[in-house]
Amino acid sequence: MSEQPKAVALISGGLDSMLAARVVQDHGVHVEGINFYTGFCVEGHTHAIRSKDQQRPKRNNALWVAEQLGMPLHIVDVIEEYKEVLTRPRYGYGANLNPCLDCKVFMVGKAREWMEANGFDFIVTGEVIGQRPKSQTRDKLPVINRDSGVEDLLLRPLSAKLLEPTRPEREGWVDRERLFELHGRSRKPQFALARELGIEAWAQPAGGCCFLTDATYSAKLADLWQARGSREYDLDDIMLLKVGRHLRPRDHFKLIIAREAGETRFLQGYKRRYPHLRTTSHGGPVALIDGDWNEHDLELAARLVARYSSGRHAERVELEFEDTEGRVRPLSVPPMASDCVPDAWYVGGDHGDS
Amino acid sequence: MWGGTMATAEELDCRHLLCPLPVIRTQARVARMAVGAELQVVVTDPGALEDIPAWCRVHGHEVVATEAAGDEQRIRIRVGGG
Repeated sequence: MSEQPKAVALISGGLDSMLAARVVQDHGVHVEGINFYTGFCVEGHTHAIRSKDQQRPKRNNALWVAEQLGMPLHIVDVIEEYKEVLTRPRYGYGANLNPCLDCKVFMVGKAREWMEANGFDFIVTGEVIGQRPKSQTRDKLPVINRDSGVEDLLLRPLSAKLLEPTRPEREGWVDRERLFELHGRSRKPQFALARELGIEAWAQPAGGCCFLTDATYSAKLADLWQARGSREYDLDDIMLLKVGRHLRPRDHFKLIIAREAGETRFLQGYKRRYPHLRTTSHGGPVALIDGDWNEHDLELAARLVARYSSGRHAERVELEFEDTEGRVRPLSVPPMASDCVPDAWYVGGDHGDS
Repeated sequence: MWGGTMATAEELDCRHLLCPLPVIRTQARVARMAVGAELQVVVTDPGALEDIPAWCRVHGHEVVATEAAGDEQRIRIRVGGG
């Protein structure tokens, strides 16, 4: 081992992992952060899409935490590898399509690989016993150690005193007596510890960092898998589930209808992958068509898009249909009355009005 | 001005990528570059204007210049010693 112990800390951007890394830094350990990008992270991109969100702070919270703590942060793209975690979770899902325990095993395992490749000594996480019902219970934490292969090189400083001593404690790389015994769902002890450490600002208290914990998002993903007959997906698929109104008027196709100018610009970036509709006689959204549609479906799709244009009360709305080769043809349809759009067509029950 | 003094750096096209992908691509490219070399990253996600400089600060790299033209931004980085 190097003279100064070196730890890699999983950094989500939330308070717990920030505290854990800071506590270990205070023991004189050299700490670097690692953050995994699965494609489902709430961080970053959605506020880059919608015009109304353009003024929101655009910081990446994991990077912000690293800067506050004065440590490097390594962001790792795990989009491809994560597919196996999401589509075939050994320990199943939480309330939605969140495979939290498998996710933790995977991320700690990836951190172990990074630790070994970079000559670091141990791993730090911000896990707190009892904080999350699926992955942070007393009986689940050993599963993470075992399945990730990290065994006793994983230190959880916030709950360490409630757990068996790890190698970093036994070796004296950190002082067990200066670690903590936090447990349960209350956040107050973390807030108190933050104040004690002079940390005055932090991002979201906990969770809320993964779209898979969101019921509506999970319903859209389940709908995508069901419509395709497989659990295949790529990054574009999971990005598009975050954008626009998703309406499935028939089992074999759905529409992704932009809600505002920012989403229209974003969806236009997909016009060579999906055929799309746009209104020409009135201001209105761009809509992508996903699935095996036919000519009869096209009129239905056009009427739905017209319903979301400024011509929704007009007798007819003119549109253009463009296929993925760039061939354009005009359409003219009566807009669908809003009370003729069944709730069941809104994927995940999301009317997209937020 | 678009271009001009920006002629000698390597260029990394991150247009139409949403954060944190521009940071991840920048990180991978910089890892293969020598200390003192310069990289110009072209982005369209405004979030990258915060994230790439933040990533540079925590890794000891320097943002030499940032230029905007329409929806595109160019961030010029000088690789530090880490």
